[in-house]
Amino acid sequence: MEWIATIAVILDSAIRLSIPLLCAAMAGLWSERAGVVDIGLEGKMLIAAFASAVAAFATGSAWAGLGAGILASVLLSLVHGFAAITWRGNQIVSGVAINMLAAGLTVVLGNAWYAQGGRTPTLEGGARFGDLTLPFAAAMREHVPVLGLFYDEVISGHGAPVYLAFASVLLTAFVLKRTRFGLRLRAVGENPAAVDTAGISVTGLRYGAVIICGVLCGLGGTYLAVSQSAGFLPHMTAGKGFIALAAVIFANWRPWPALGACLLFGLLDAIAIRLQGVALPGIGQVPVQAIQALPYVMTVILLAGFIGKSTPPKASGVPYVKER
Amino acid sequence: MSAAPIDLPRWADAGLVPLVSVAAALLVAGLVVLGIGESPLEATALLLRGALGSAEGIGFTLYYTTNFIFTGLAVAVAFHAGLFNIGGEGQATIAGVFAALACLWLQPLPGFLLVPLAILSAAAGGALYGFIPGWLQATRGSHVVITTIMFNFIAATLIVYLLVEVIGKPGSMQPETANFAGHAILTPMHQLLAPLGLKLPATPLNTAFLLALASLVAIWALIFRSRLGYCIRTVGANPRAAAYAGISPARITMVAMAISGALAGGLAVNEVMGVQHRLLLDFTAGYGFVGIAVALMGRGHPIGVGLAALLFGVLYQGGAELSFDKPGITRDMVVVIGGVIILFAGALDGLFRRFVASGLRLGRRA
Repeated sequence: MEWIATIAVILDSAIRLSIPLLCAAMAGLWSERAGVVDIGLEGKMLIAAFASAVAAFATGSAWAGLGAGILASVLLSLVHGFAAITWRGNQIVSGVAINMLAAGLTVVLGNAWYAQGGRTPTLEGGARFGDLTLPFAAAMREHVPVLGLFYDEVISGHGAPVYLAFASVLLTAFVLKRTRFGLRLRAVGENPAAVDTAGISVTGLRYGAVIICGVLCGLGGTYLAVSQSAGFLPHMTAGKGFIALAAVIFANWRPWPALGACLLFGLLDAIAIRLQGVALPGIGQVPVQAIQALPYVMTVILLAGFIGKSTPPKASGVPYVKER
Repeated sequence: MSAAPIDLPRWADAGLVPLVSVAAALLVAGLVVLGIGESPLEATALLLRGALGSAEGIGFTLYYTTNFIFTGLAVAVAFHAGLFNIGGEGQATIAGVFAALACLWLQPLPGFLLVPLAILSAAAGGALYGFIPGWLQATRGSHVVITTIMFNFIAATLIVYLLVEVIGKPGSMQPETANFAGHAILTPMHQLLAPLGLKLPATPLNTAFLLALASLVAIWALIFRSRLGYCIRTVGANPRAAAYAGISPARITMVAMAISGALAGGLAVNEVMGVQHRLLLDFTAGYGFVGIAVALMGRGHPIGVGLAALLFGVLYQGGAELSFDKPGITRDMVVVIGGVIILFAGALDGLFRRFVASGLRLGRRA
């Protein structure tokens, strides 16, 4: 039974590690399905993490933190939208700018306000999202073998943002696939001219997608600072926005496979932490760095078409110029 | 907003637009300084004095400039081929590994052989690591931007592995190699100029600066005066027209990415061989990303890149001095400025061209 408990602990930590990826991946999916390439996911999560930590510390409320995180992230989204949609600038350049802006600004402001080397003060009590215990968790653990343990350990006992993140996948999948707004949004990423001809605003749809992208990045960043950790650390996103980008590519820009990719990458991360300094029977010690590099290597291999084929939205990255 | 590109006279396009966007970026930075309760004017004065007010300050400024010339040129060369190389950090990392291996393994060689070989090794490492994304785009259709982002992370984990497990100094807790031999390093400028009777304070400025200046000239000649440069610019302007003219866009993509990677390797030459004299983690320190700002601001022209690199050199050195006097303003301010410059000079180029165009029109009417 020992190993079942170990697996449950690893899965639990895999879920915790995959939440920021999941939020950013859904964010990237929204943006890219509407034809706006976004490599600024990282920066938006970072600024959201900072803003949420600042607001949660100031007000003592984790939910206020979430609001502030989303607000900051949406503001950066609008900057990206202004450059990419309104001024038809290079979307990749704009994304790089947003990443640098967030990386610099969070440290400068954090240092100026708190003088702790860019960190924000530690959040305590209601300023952090507490772990929610789902109904019957304890009872299930006691009475149902194996499954009960998994229910209590893996599914129950996370902060509210975790469940919000999973809900966002459901919502993304439903809205994109089953609603008129979703259909139009997907169309604008494939053939904006057709959408325009139908009398629907390409600009409006794309701004809508970019704002949703900001909201989701805000959720991911807030989770990092106010739920997973107890405050903001400089550069705490540590490339998660880019792994999320990899997950989106891996999932071929579809929500459910993106969930799978994020959970897989989270699991790899959890295993890498677990395997630190452990020798596996028969294989010996696996270098942790090899597992950490795996998502990136897999994405490169996938993009090169050695496994499967990636088909991005047709109009992604192309600014729309209205014919006159 | 008209769909037609805004026509500007050449001097305005090459000079005024970047100047206006940089001025606007500095203005934004000034607002941030104001926002954290410091005086922007005082900060600017301290910054300029720190960067240019003493021989030591100038030495440090030029040392930072060296890094920015290399990374800026790397991005600029790729730009000319219509490619966006975000992988400068990764390419410089791999170049650092190659340079360190050459310096450590070829140690028995005399300095006049060892140093050029190590520099070539760094360039080869960077070129290889730039070539692979180019090759993947040219033959497999995977986009250079995404591949180079992923390659940055792969390089970052690779160097940790190498320094911790393979080439790290035995018995050391720090992830770094042993120090290079005294003849395997680049001569510091103050030692080089001492026999000429020039007494300079000791700074990290070394002969890599001369290499950077030579690269500026060489890249100018390559891009604007050579057959290959013409091919690169043609592919960048219109790959289909290039193919029609008998230029292979696939080949140029690979060549341009390799040259770009080799130039990013110059960062490793300056940092690893010129300053640290050993390989250590994170020596790239974000210079690769600032190189994007340098290239955008310099409009991809070596003269512009040189000037933009100097500006960032001043900001880096001045920013370091400034943070001594004003602990509230850390050097991360420079990252903010870099980000805003990339936004203004790169992504919002259209907006600033319109600004300048309407400004010029007003001037003419008056």
